[in-house]
Amino acid sequence: MGDILNLTQSLIDISVIIAIIGVSISLLLLLYRTVKGPTNSDRAVALDTIGVNIMALAGLIAIHLVTTKVNDVILLIGILLFIGNVGLAKFLEKGVIIERDMD
Amino acid sequence: MLLLSGIWINAVLDILICLCLLFGTFFIVSTALGVLRFPDVYTRLHAATKSSTLGITGILIGAFLFMYVEHGIVSGKLLLGILFILLTAPVTGHVLGRSAYYSRVPLSDKSVEDEYKSNLEKVKEH
Repeated sequence: MGDILNLTQSLIDISVIIAIIGVSISLLLLLYRTVKGPTNSDRAVALDTIGVNIMALAGLIAIHLVTTKVNDVILLIGILLFIGNVGLAKFLEKGVIIERDMD
Repeated sequence: MLLLSGIWINAVLDILICLCLLFGTFFIVSTALGVLRFPDVYTRLHAATKSSTLGITGILIGAFLFMYVEHGIVSGKLLLGILFILLTAPVTGHVLGRSAYYSRVPLSDKSVEDEYKSNLEKVKEH
């Protein structure tokens, strides 16, 4: 009966390797769009998707190394990604990030 | 191994983890292909927000099940990451699309109708 468990364990290892390879390929494709993209908004969209892919890569590395210490990184990347994207969008729209209406 | 006693249940859960990971990888690769191949900022935004949300949900659910089944660790941070992505990805998409429209990024040649423009003119008239 232990043979089946060994088989499924190695199946998980193989699928984690396949997932890491797939996420890396998609990171390369998005990097091409980030460098080439015709306008700055294209670059912003590609950078947003790159952040989401890095979160997925951190989750896969947490499985591969069998540790829970990487899980903080996922939350941190998510929060920084949201704030950075909102700031970048305001900069692309108005040219400033923090507006002062007082004067 | 620690929590669920039957070996068969364990094997089935392992296969479920594999399926979750491969599902998420498929959707993340299709996100990259969509961002690379679509003709326009707005269609690229459509590809970037929806399918990447689904892909990272699959991968993080796979990681959560792996931690729970193999080692008995309930890691709430992974579930919190899924919740956070589900909350913030539509907001990011809306804000980026709005800023792209107001900085006058043109639509692609194949797009048929610009409803937002006619709505803005209607609002200006009143």
